[in-house]
Amino acid sequence: MNDFIPTKTLDARGLQCPMPVAKTSKEIKTIEIGDVLEVLATDPASMADIQAWSKSTGNELLKSEKSQGVFKFYIQRTK
Amino acid sequence: MSDNEAKRCSIVVLSGDMDKLMGAFIISTTAAAMGMDTSMFFTFWGLQGLKKKTATGEGLFGRMLSLFLKDIDGVGPSKMNFGGIGRWMFKKMMGDKGVSSLPELRGTAIDLGVRLLPCQMSMDVMEVAQEDLIDEAEAAVGAASYVLEAQDADITLFV
Repeated sequence: MNDFIPTKTLDARGLQCPMPVAKTSKEIKTIEIGDVLEVLATDPASMADIQAWSKSTGNELLKSEKSQGVFKFYIQRTK
Repeated sequence: MSDNEAKRCSIVVLSGDMDKLMGAFIISTTAAAMGMDTSMFFTFWGLQGLKKKTATGEGLFGRMLSLFLKDIDGVGPSKMNFGGIGRWMFKKMMGDKGVSSLPELRGTAIDLGVRLLPCQMSMDVMEVAQEDLIDEAEAAVGAASYVLEAQDADITLFV
């Protein structure tokens, strides 16, 4: 169980680098500060790249997981 | 960004090959997505990354050159183009694997605020006018503009 509820989901499944990151950066600006964005991706590089993106932008990656070939990321907008 | 001032990324795009333009646009898009102020300087063959699909040139040489200047969707890979077959093959292979096309990548770069700067001298030499370039291309600049940009850049690349 997560102690947060995403307010929005970005479906980036089937997209390749750099689109999961590019779309995440656009989508995060559409939610309120403090809210959580859920990102779904199938690009295996997204595991490293979303982490790098969150480190660079300062938005917080609360959780990342893989289930049934889909990577799920929960990112809290911090600014 | 943790700093007040955003980090900066500046890329010189001299090559006009499909694969090299992809590399340049993938990195510029990602840098912008990661919060960096990003600009790209297009010079020589790189101008094809900004060119519309129009005939260019004023004099004989300029018009001859125009036959070899493509738009971003028309450029071929640096290896294995085989008169356009390679371009078709790479587009198909990339499309099948969900990789964005060059026009899509450029569109995303523009959406994310990447600045696209054409080189004035290359445009003069190659007889490519500002109206031959896409509307999103800024007014042409010279080397000093790039150097000024690069002085404060955290990443500089030459493609």
